[in-house]
Amino acid sequence: MSVSSDIIAPMTSPKRIYLDYAATTPLDPRALDAMLPYFSEEFGNPSSVHGYGQRAEAALENARQKMAKLLNTQSEEIIFTSGGTEGDNLALRGAALAAREHRGASHILISPVEHDAVAKTAAQLADQFGFTVEHLPVDEFGIVNPEEVTRRLRPDTALVSVILGNNEIGTINPISEIAATCRERGVPLHSDAVQSGAYLSLDVQKLGVDLLSIGAHKFYGPKGVGALYVRSGSPLRPTQTGGGHESGRRAGTPNVAYIVGMVTAFEIAQAELDQRISRLIDLRTRVIHGVLSRIPDSRLTGHPQARLANHASFVFKAVDGNALLMLLDDAGFACSSGSACKTGDPQPSEVLLALGLSPDWALGSLRVTLGAQTTDEDIESFLAALPPLIEKARAWEAA
Amino acid sequence: MTKVVVAMSGGVDSSVAAALLQQQGYEVFGMMLRLWSEPGREASNRCCTPAAMSVARRVAGQLGIPFYAVNAQERFRNVVVQYFLDGYAGGHTPNPCLACNRQIRWEFLLERALALGADYMATGHYVRLVREAGRPLRLFEAVDAHKDQSYVLHVLDQKKLQHALFPLGDLTKPEVRQIAADLKLPAATSKESQDLCFLAGQDYRDFLQRYQPQMAEPGPILDRAGNQLGNHNGLVNFTIGQRKGLGIAAAEPLFVLGKDHMRNALIVGFADELGSRELVTGPVSWLAGFARTKPFDANVKIRYSAKKAAARVTPLPDGSVHVEFRDPMRDITPGQAAVFYVDCEVLGGGLITDKSKLSARVESKLLPSDAIPVA
Repeated sequence: MSVSSDIIAPMTSPKRIYLDYAATTPLDPRALDAMLPYFSEEFGNPSSVHGYGQRAEAALENARQKMAKLLNTQSEEIIFTSGGTEGDNLALRGAALAAREHRGASHILISPVEHDAVAKTAAQLADQFGFTVEHLPVDEFGIVNPEEVTRRLRPDTALVSVILGNNEIGTINPISEIAATCRERGVPLHSDAVQSGAYLSLDVQKLGVDLLSIGAHKFYGPKGVGALYVRSGSPLRPTQTGGGHESGRRAGTPNVAYIVGMVTAFEIAQAELDQRISRLIDLRTRVIHGVLSRIPDSRLTGHPQARLANHASFVFKAVDGNALLMLLDDAGFACSSGSACKTGDPQPSEVLLALGLSPDWALGSLRVTLGAQTTDEDIESFLAALPPLIEKARAWEAA
Repeated sequence: MTKVVVAMSGGVDSSVAAALLQQQGYEVFGMMLRLWSEPGREASNRCCTPAAMSVARRVAGQLGIPFYAVNAQERFRNVVVQYFLDGYAGGHTPNPCLACNRQIRWEFLLERALALGADYMATGHYVRLVREAGRPLRLFEAVDAHKDQSYVLHVLDQKKLQHALFPLGDLTKPEVRQIAADLKLPAATSKESQDLCFLAGQDYRDFLQRYQPQMAEPGPILDRAGNQLGNHNGLVNFTIGQRKGLGIAAAEPLFVLGKDHMRNALIVGFADELGSRELVTGPVSWLAGFARTKPFDANVKIRYSAKKAAARVTPLPDGSVHVEFRDPMRDITPGQAAVFYVDCEVLGGGLITDKSKLSARVESKLLPSDAIPVA
C-alpha cells in the first residue's frame, strides 16, 4: 500500500530565514561568555556572608551599576526581574496598590495598545481590586496624544501606563511629553520598553518616566531576566514577598548569571545602537515599500516613521494570518502575526481593532521584524516569496 | 523528497502514523485541525483539546517535524455541526463524522496540505488503500477488524484517495501501541470514545435541546394504527429500536418503530413489528469513481458499529440504490450511511433515506411485521 521508494528524492535543507526578532533574539556570544563563570565557578548566593556570596554580590551590584548608568539613573532605582512581563506586573500592581494606600487613588489610565502584560494586569486590578481602568484614545497609528492624557488625568489617578515601542505595530509613543503632563499632576507614569532596548536610547531622565520595564531577550540577552526602573520616591508595593532582596521590592535569590548576561548584552546593544539602527531602518524601509507595492489590499500598521527601527507590520485583506505564517514557515521564513496563535484559534488582535481596523483586515496581520543577522538577500528573497503565498492564503479564505 | 502531511490529533494512532512515514523516508509535516467547540467547552472537545494539541506538538518535536494548527472552527460549525442539527431536525439520525471526513479532513485540510507542497496526506485511520498501476485505487477494511474505520471513509473519492496514505491499515491496535511504546512517543491519555468530538462529553440530547429546542417538544406516542398510547417528552430522546423509557404499561414490551416529525409523534409497536428487510439510499458515493449499474450481492453495514449483513444491492436509475437484506434488520436508521462491501473491499455507500420506510410499507403485504408508518 505504500508508495515505492524510487520516487523519494534526496533530502534538501532549504535556508531558514529568521524575521521574528521582536519575538526573541539569539543570545549575543559576548553575553554568553560573561555569564558562564556564574553557573559553576562563582555560584554563590549574593545574600551570603562568606566569600562566595561576596563575589556573587559584587557581580550583581556591578551589573546593577552598569544598568543604572545605561538608563542614566542610580543603581538603587533598578530592580532585577524575571523579564518584561514581571516588570510590567510589578510596575502596575505595585504602583497602583501603593497609590491607593498612600492617597486613596483608584483610577488607572492605559493605552488600548498595551502588551497583555500591562493590559491584563490592569484588567485584574479592575476586576479583583476595585480599580477603574480607563483607556486612552489612540490615532490610526496607535499613538497616544499627550493632550488626551492631560484631559483624562484625575486627582485619584493612581498610575498612567503607555507603551514605548509597540510590539505589534512598532509605533513609538511620545513618552517624554506624556511624562511632562503626568509629572505636573503628580501621577506616576510607567512605560513598557520591552521592545525598545535594542533600538532606542532608554535615558529615563529624558523619557521622564517613573517606571520603565525591559526584558533581556529582546536585545540579544538571555530569556528569563529583565529589569524595572523605579524612580526614587515613587511608591511601590512589593508583589512578590519573601526575603529582603532588591531592597525588599522583589523577593527571590537574584539570578546572577542571567543578570550579568543581560547587562552585557544591553551595554553592547546601546553602544552599537546608532550603527545597528541605521542599517535596520534601511532594510525595514525596503520591506515596507516592497510589501505595499507588491501586495494588493495591503496596509502598513503603525506609524510610517515613528516606529521601531527593525519593525515592519502589515494587514492584508481576506487573509488568515495563521495560514500565512504556516505557508511562510514552510517556505523558510519565520515571521509572526498579531493574531498568532499556536492553537489555531485566531482572534483579531485588540491592538489592531483599536486602530479602527475591521476584523477581516485585522485577522490578516503579519509582523516582520529584523535583526543582527538579517541581510539584504534575506529581504530580497522574502519579498519575492511573499506575493504567491498571499495569493494562496487568499484563495483559501475565498473557498 | 516526497512530502506528506500527517493529520495529527495527539492520539497514539496519528503519532505512530507520523513516525512510521518518517521511517519510510518521507518528509513529514504535522497538521492539527482546530475544530469547533461550544464556547466554554473547548477543554473537553474530544478531538482537539489544548492538552491534546500540546501532546501532538511534543510528538512533532520528538520526531523533529514541523507542526501547524489549522483553524477550521467556523467551517466545522457551518458544515458538520449544522449537518448534525439539520439531520435531527429533519427526523434523521445523522453521522457527522461522515461530513467531517468529506468536507473538513479530506477537503479543507487536504487543500492546505497540498498547498504546502505535500504529495500526500496521511491519517491514523485503520483502513487499507491499495494502489495498482493503471487501475483505480481501492479501499479495504483494516487488518484489525475491531478498529476498522472504512465505514466513515467511504465518502472519499479517487481524487482524494490519490493523495491519501493510511500507514496503520496493516497493523493491529496492540501493534500500534507497541510501536508508540518502543519509540517512547508521548500520547494523550484520554480514553477512547466514539462520542462526537464537539459534544465534549455531554449527552447529544442535551446539546440538541439547546440548539433545536423544538425537538424537545412533548407529543403523542402512537401505535401503527394511529391510536394514542401515551405521551413522549421530545422525539430527540428516542432512537429506533429503543425499548426503555417509553413509560407505557403494555402486555408485551413496546419498541420505538419510527418517528413522525410532521405530527411530532413517536410510533411504537411490538418486537415483531420492528425491523425491515429493505432500505433505499440517497445518491451513492462509489469509490471507484463510476457507478455500478447491475444488481450485486454485498455485505452492508448500516452503522459505524454494526456488523455487516448479507444483502442484494440494486442500483436505481437516479443514482441511489435499493438494498434488500437476507434477514430483517432491526435498526435501519435514516441519516446513517449504508456502506457496501464485497469481501473486504469497500465499494461505496449512501445515506439511508426515509424512502426506506415507504418501501417497507409497500412490501408490507409480503412482510407485515416489517411495516413502519411513513414519517
